[in-house]
Amino acid sequence: MLRTTPLLMVLILALITGCASTSHEPPAPGLAITPAADDTLYRALGQREGIQSLIRSFLYVIADDPRIVDQFAEAPIDRLEEKLNEMVCVIAGGPCHYSGDSMRRVHRGKHISNADFNALVEDLIKAMDREGIPFTVQNTLLARLAVFHGDIVHR
Amino acid sequence: MMRSVREKYSCVLMLLALALLLAALPARAGSRLTATGGAGSIEGSAGGGLIPWAVLTGTASDTETGAGVGMSHAWLDDYQLHTLSAAVTINNRLELSVARQILSLDTLGLDSLQLDIFGLKARLWGDLVYSRSGQFSAGVQYKTLEDDALPLALGARQGHGVDAYLSHSKLWLGAAAGYNLLSSVSLRATRANQLGLLGFGGPKNEAYHAVWEGALALMPNAHWALGMEYRQKPDQLNGLPEDDAKDLFVAWFPQKHVTATLAWLDMGRIAGLDRQQGVYAALQLAF
Ligand code: HEM
Repeated sequence: MLRTTPLLMVLILALITGCASTSHEPPAPGLAITPAADDTLYRALGQREGIQSLIRSFLYVIADDPRIVDQFAEAPIDRLEEKLNEMVCVIAGGPCHYSGDSMRRVHRGKHISNADFNALVEDLIKAMDREGIPFTVQNTLLARLAVFHGDIVHR
Repeated sequence: MMRSVREKYSCVLMLLALALLLAALPARAGSRLTATGGAGSIEGSAGGGLIPWAVLTGTASDTETGAGVGMSHAWLDDYQLHTLSAAVTINNRLELSVARQILSLDTLGLDSLQLDIFGLKARLWGDLVYSRSGQFSAGVQYKTLEDDALPLALGARQGHGVDAYLSHSKLWLGAAAGYNLLSSVSLRATRANQLGLLGFGGPKNEAYHAVWEGALALMPNAHWALGMEYRQKPDQLNGLPEDDAKDLFVAWFPQKHVTATLAWLDMGRIAGLDRQQGVYAALQLAF
């Protein structure tokens, strides 16, 4: 008898996590960047200047990463830098507006693999380390970026 | 039963050599993040030590191949359990593993029991870090005792058996006040006594048993994990009660290729001896 209780718990947990995934449909194409509820992360990242400096470092790390740098060979880097600044500002709860394209549209047809995505995340972590961003702040930003995975990989 | 100690250690040396070779290679790491391959387990598959998790060995992503070798030792009150293992991961989809467990029975005046485990684990769907619903995997393990005389004498039905399990793991980014949490739960069908070291099946139970196992860990930074694991075990042999196992562990990931684990392990009663607890130490090299 006792043995079935944990079993049930496992099943219920599996169901909950399974359902949680279906109830969050990816937002419709367009400017589907959900702003944050409050600006805690924005302030933790050092506001506009902090984010600017982070994105700059990030682009430098990517430029040094042979695993993915080639995929940015034809990208409009100035525009990319601007849109990344806007995006990180918005999802961190800052007073910005994202004027770029949807993640699904920008990355469509680029055949981005999970390996590419992981490499980019590693580069971002490296950049955050360089900028002295605390681990807990890094995790919070990564958690908000992780939701784009499905819109970017294998599109 | 009188297997020579020399034979046992030649095997250890062989694996050590393989491990050194691996470490010496200018091995390119997979692109998955550090620690996403778990810490290795006593059954050879990626996991936390005592149980497999839904992750696959190494850091290979969908376009890469990974591999790992591991060894562990547990100093229990009356027994010592030694494990050597190796695993290959293909495209972060399929993991093939082999492990050899050696349980020394010095306190019983006997030599040792040796169990070989051949494992196959497939990632069904999802990603440990990036999928909202986490990662789901399914695995099978074929376990076979090198010498089944003692387990059969104790009442086990067979000297070999198959386990099958379903596993879910997720890394909850920033979930604990900004720190990452890792959770893993598995559901296993098994007939194994003491992980298979005491054979399969028994007078108290002929059919498969559904058992659960779980792990929860906190990552205070990118290189450390503190956690616990729980593993239910069937109780099938007359007069030799078997308890669930648990551990408290610290895993250290100094870099992608290396994982060291130290744990306090409680295996409960084993073959008539009470309260088998002790220290577990493991080292895994992977790429
Ligand atoms: C969480 C992960 C990612 C985020 C948040 C992200 C975000 C962005 C943003 C905001 C833009 C600019 C959009 C615009 O111009 O309107 C962009 C463009 C781009 N991204 Fe990503 N990206 C991610 C992952 C990746 C990965 C893994 C790759 C490939 C390795 C990649 C390759 C590119 C390229 C090549 C462009 C330029 C597109 C063009 O204008 O031609 N991105 N990304």
